[in-house]
Amino acid sequence: MSNIKEIQDEIVDEFEMFDDWMQRYEHMIELGKSLPLIEEKYKTEDNLIKGCQSKVWVHAELEGDRLVFTADSDAIITKGIIAILIRAYSNQHPKDIIEADTAFIDEIGLKEHLSPTRANGLVSMIKQLKMYAVAYQTQLN
Amino acid sequence: MKVASTKTHFDVETIRKDFPILSREVNGKPLVYFDNAATSQTPQQVIDAIVDYYTRYNANIHRGVHTLSQEATDAYEQARIKIQEHFNAAKAHEIILTSGTTHAINLVASGFASLLKKNDEVIVSALEHHSNIVPWQMLCEKTGAKLKVIPMNNEGMLKMEEYEKLLSEKTKLVFVNHVSNALGTVNPVEEIIQKAHAVGAAVLLDGAQAAPHIKADVQKLDVDFYAVSAHKMCGPTGVGMLYGKEEWLKKLPPYQGGGEMIATVTFEKTTYADLPHKFEAGTPDICGGIAFGAALDYMNNIGFEKIAAYEHELLEYATQKLLEIDDLKIYGTSSDKTAVISFNIGEIHPYDIGTIIDKLGIAVRTGHHCAQPVMDFFKIPGTVRASFSFYNTKEEIDTFVEAVKKAKQMLS
Repeated sequence: MSNIKEIQDEIVDEFEMFDDWMQRYEHMIELGKSLPLIEEKYKTEDNLIKGCQSKVWVHAELEGDRLVFTADSDAIITKGIIAILIRAYSNQHPKDIIEADTAFIDEIGLKEHLSPTRANGLVSMIKQLKMYAVAYQTQLN
Repeated sequence: MKVASTKTHFDVETIRKDFPILSREVNGKPLVYFDNAATSQTPQQVIDAIVDYYTRYNANIHRGVHTLSQEATDAYEQARIKIQEHFNAAKAHEIILTSGTTHAINLVASGFASLLKKNDEVIVSALEHHSNIVPWQMLCEKTGAKLKVIPMNNEGMLKMEEYEKLLSEKTKLVFVNHVSNALGTVNPVEEIIQKAHAVGAAVLLDGAQAAPHIKADVQKLDVDFYAVSAHKMCGPTGVGMLYGKEEWLKKLPPYQGGGEMIATVTFEKTTYADLPHKFEAGTPDICGGIAFGAALDYMNNIGFEKIAAYEHELLEYATQKLLEIDDLKIYGTSSDKTAVISFNIGEIHPYDIGTIIDKLGIAVRTGHHCAQPVMDFFKIPGTVRASFSFYNTKEEIDTFVEAVKKAKQMLS
């Protein structure tokens, strides 16, 4: 199984094939469609990520010693962004998720989404995934 | 607003030259700025007034005996007179300079806390901005007064027959926006005021969205309070005004304590300054007030009737062009509205459309526009809101419509 860095590099390579932002966004929208969807029962207020103009729900579950994420959003672009994150972070050890950096977001040309004041909440999403990892890491210890 | 559809000559290209920001690029594309209902852009004349203040006569006002202080005081008080004349207030001291509309509304709400008693009633409309709901909820919690809401219909217009039913001798205050920020609906404020006065209630109009398009005459309206923000009408952020009838402003207690608002202070008793200083504690935004005056000069030089007629032309043109897009639904279809179009396309989230068209250089607002009750009414998470100003063009609308089509294609 690939580690987080390898998956991030793979995503960066994929995005490098595109010449302009429009193709990158189209690809991101495509990736949104492959997002492992959260079960309806987990679409609760608690699982809603604050700081997004659109709704984003994320759920985390331990499978063995790996953390598996599912999610959904009512906006397609947001769904694409969370799909990219989950592709990199899901099915990994909580410790690796905590330590992973997010430089690849910049490299795939989505830097503008990294601003903490941006209404899409990418930063909040990353923080939420890492918080789940911290919580489950404590459980594993 | 209702304007005769005869086309007037409007030299938009010359006007655009006054706005330096309009020539910048965003994401490699010429900026198309359609977020005017959030804040308007600033003409060079207003920027010059700001620079001139800090370059030549920056000083604290009202108490200084030196020349700079006198010049700054004169300019600031001159701005107050410009505001008075613009809104046709009877007296200059009925104009309170505030940090904006929200500050103005809170000033009135806080003042009324000492005038309301349990079971008095306060009426707001279903079309309100959060800033015109929350202060009244707080006021009602504090006083035990009850908050009543005028409902709206599917066109985004207030149900006036329901309003009449809400009015009674218990009604002490009515708060309505002159123009809705989310939908652009122009409310029938004359009728609202007249009917409120018939039961002895006071009326505050939130004029934030109306002021850039409609020159309100507070005496003709016979309104008790009128609040606006300068930054929506070519002025700087952080300054606005509250108009209040003298009798009401005398009745309300001061909002904040501090310098400027006192006549005499001893530890036993402080007596308050006369109007308008009673409500202007501390050093105000002197430069902002002066620049607000410059913004009114700028807009009045062009002329509000011309502005309204041209903006109406833009509204009609954009409405017609947008409705050519399949599945596009416009929210707020009152026959009397300002140049605001709030819309969605099918099930596409407004945030997605806003993000894509931003990449194409177009600035619009997406979301609930601080009017969640309006969005709840239509059962939608939000809308895309394009709002036009007199410096926008039909060519920009064409660019915008093409961008929306492109976004739809990508997102469907």
